[in-house]
Amino acid sequence: MTSNLLEVRDLRVSFATDGGVARVLDNVNLTIGRGQIVGLVGESGCGKTTLARSILGVLPKNSARLESGTIAFDGTDLLQVDPDALAATVRGRRISFIPQDPFSSFNPVFTIGAQIMDLMKWKSPALDDAAAGGSGWLPRFYGSSRRKADHDRVLDLLRQVQLPDPEAVLKKYPHEVSGGQRQRLMIAMALLPEPKLIIADEPTTALDVTIQAQILKLLRKLATDHGISVLFTTHDLGTAWEICDSITVMYAGQEMEAASSDGFFKRPSHPYTNRLLKSLPSRDGRIAGIPGDIPGLVNPPPGCRFHPRCEFATDLCRQTRPDLTPVGAGHAVRCYHPVAEEKRHALA
Amino acid sequence: MNVDAPSAPRRTEVNAKTILDIRQLTKHFAIRNAFGFQKGVLRALDDVTFTVDKGEILGIVGESGCGKSTLGKTIMGIHPPTSGTMVFEGNDITGQTPSAARETRRHLQYSYQDPGASLDPRWKIRRSLHEPLVIHHGSLSFEEREQRVREILQAVGLPASHLDLYPHEISGGQQRRVGLARILTLQPSLIVLDEPTSGLDVSVQATILNLLLDLRKQFDLTYLFISHDLSVVRMICNRIAVMYLGKVVEFGDTEAVFETPRHPYTRSLLSAIPTIGGARVTDTFSLEGEPPNPGNLPSGCRFRNRCPRAEPRCAEIEPELRADWPGQEAACHVAT
Ligand SMILES: Nc1ncnc2c1ncn2[C@@H]1O[C@H](COP(=O)(O)OP(=O)(O)O)[C@@H](O)[C@H]1O
Ligand SMILES: Nc1ncnc2c1ncn2[C@@H]1O[C@H](COP(=O)(O)OP(=O)(O)O)[C@@H](O)[C@H]1O
Ligand code: SF4
Ligand code: SF4
Ligand SMILES: [Mg+2]
Ligand SMILES: [Mg+2]
Repeated sequence: MTSNLLEVRDLRVSFATDGGVARVLDNVNLTIGRGQIVGLVGESGCGKTTLARSILGVLPKNSARLESGTIAFDGTDLLQVDPDALAATVRGRRISFIPQDPFSSFNPVFTIGAQIMDLMKWKSPALDDAAAGGSGWLPRFYGSSRRKADHDRVLDLLRQVQLPDPEAVLKKYPHEVSGGQRQRLMIAMALLPEPKLIIADEPTTALDVTIQAQILKLLRKLATDHGISVLFTTHDLGTAWEICDSITVMYAGQEMEAASSDGFFKRPSHPYTNRLLKSLPSRDGRIAGIPGDIPGLVNPPPGCRFHPRCEFATDLCRQTRPDLTPVGAGHAVRCYHPVAEEKRHALA
Repeated sequence: MNVDAPSAPRRTEVNAKTILDIRQLTKHFAIRNAFGFQKGVLRALDDVTFTVDKGEILGIVGESGCGKSTLGKTIMGIHPPTSGTMVFEGNDITGQTPSAARETRRHLQYSYQDPGASLDPRWKIRRSLHEPLVIHHGSLSFEEREQRVREILQAVGLPASHLDLYPHEISGGQQRRVGLARILTLQPSLIVLDEPTSGLDVSVQATILNLLLDLRKQFDLTYLFISHDLSVVRMICNRIAVMYLGKVVEFGDTEAVFETPRHPYTRSLLSAIPTIGGARVTDTFSLEGEPPNPGNLPSGCRFRNRCPRAEPRCAEIEPELRADWPGQEAACHVAT
């Protein structure tokens, strides 16, 4: 057993699209330590959701192709595990998921309570792996004592996610609760199976800053209390600063920089991350931005995918993709010409 | 009220610089039951008064549902106001007929939050940009229109080759640029920008904000800048109005409001902005609860059920804006 909970190595994923094969994850690496909140940060389309879905094992079957790489979770390569066993014991149990849009994860015609209790039939920690992986008849014997225990457990969780009046919430329909409350419900549902890893895909992007602050605080507390690791995807560097222990930045399907949160914000070393930090609204009235546009992924730029927009690009960058280069303790960049100390755009 | 109060930052007095003068603007929506009977009223906008100076950028901020878009749309005549008056460039535009409105409102334009809403997916960009000119300047020939369209396309930083593309063939940031170009063809003097950068990545947002600042100089524009993103507002606005459930609860010069927020709501809102190098999530104070249903407001101060400083009188008396600070006003009984 390795000391890290999750290690993604050299993962390559492509999608069949109308325009050709899109190379969406290009040998990506990601490490999640036990009990850590890891930020997967990047602009839209860089591959955050695709990486999250690869780990969960829910890539769209007919268009996505997992070409190579390993996803070691608790020492086991998930890509080598039989899909049925994966579905029964890992997905939604050891690893659970919080989506960006909690509304679409609920069925509008059933009460919230009915939906959570239905989930409990399959995901209750009271159910052992053998039963969950069984032929499917077992959960139908849903004894009243287990039902009662599950119900109490659900109420307990709703209190932990600080939902006011949990009994009443269970009787409501999804449209009757606010966006913030739906996200609290999603967090409670993600906690139900007592997972080791929660993947939260932009869980606060649709929320106001005030509600976001509440949800971030809650996630941090629960992760600490339960010793859970969290993969937190976001396009917002400020949010990443607030909640993440370490950060991996992606651009156009390649990971560019990985570091502890402190190291990242004190010594941002990749040209792209420095540009990104300079794009944040500043008080002196002018923002640098990043010239050019995000490239298409069907014919992505060869070598370093950032090279067409990079002020430091050389012929080497245009031909060969750089290896991960350490620039400090636990801090690595994929770049031939990391940004020198005096030119860094440190904000912390 | 304090007789020695400094000059009110809302500048409710109309003067030569005033371009828009809004008084006691109120918009109520009927709340209906399943059978269509009215069962209550939703006070989306309640007694809002301020003036806008020519050339300034006035920010309107607050959580979603607080009435920002309703304010913008009521000014635009998209919603008829329940009461109050609006004077734009010296003309009373309250309750104007659509035909009279067309002429006076040509210089008043609204930029929708979703640029897709203003671009017809079946039309090439050229047609979308010609169309407002066809409607408002019917006497122009195709060549004259085309020339103006090309000038404006260049001003928003797009190549003329984009005229032959469809909206789905360009990126989200480029769609915003086309949306702005479309508005600019009508030579507006005031633009209501409704969440002009929401949903954009920071690098694209950066280019749009820079563009908005350039266009303001080039075309002498005034902006009413609606946004829930306070760091963007801080960067771009001269003054800001903070709204909570349909009411302006704080108003003032941007720096004053950000440096010394007076209203407890403004303080909570500002402390919730994630700031790199600032407090981590475990240390931040966060505002408890969520805004109440705007169809069922609490008595007195509408912020009182979330306010860390609420007192008994807050339930009895509704606080009005007090101009007790230089460059700043707040509607709170206890603010100092
Ligand atoms: N089902 C799919 N079919 C084809 N392309 C896809 C599919 N899902 C995602 N993509 C493409 O993969 C890239 C990465 O998408 P995504 O992982 O959703 O990025 P992010 O979550 O960072 O915004 C994008 O270019 C997107 O268009
Ligand atoms: N056309 C409408 N009919 C009924 N209620 C509306 C309408 N438009 C907005 N509202 C309500 O008015 C309030 C303010 O909405 P809005 O102005 O869109 O807020 P914001 O733009 O600040 O998010 C909300 O409670 C919203 O549901
Ligand atoms: S590898 Fe080259 S092109 Fe890529 S970020 Fe580094 S300097 Fe720029
Ligand atoms: S008036 Fe009272 S409830 Fe309202 S903001 Fe001030 S202290 Fe809070
Ligand atoms: Mg995504
Ligand atoms: Mg709005």
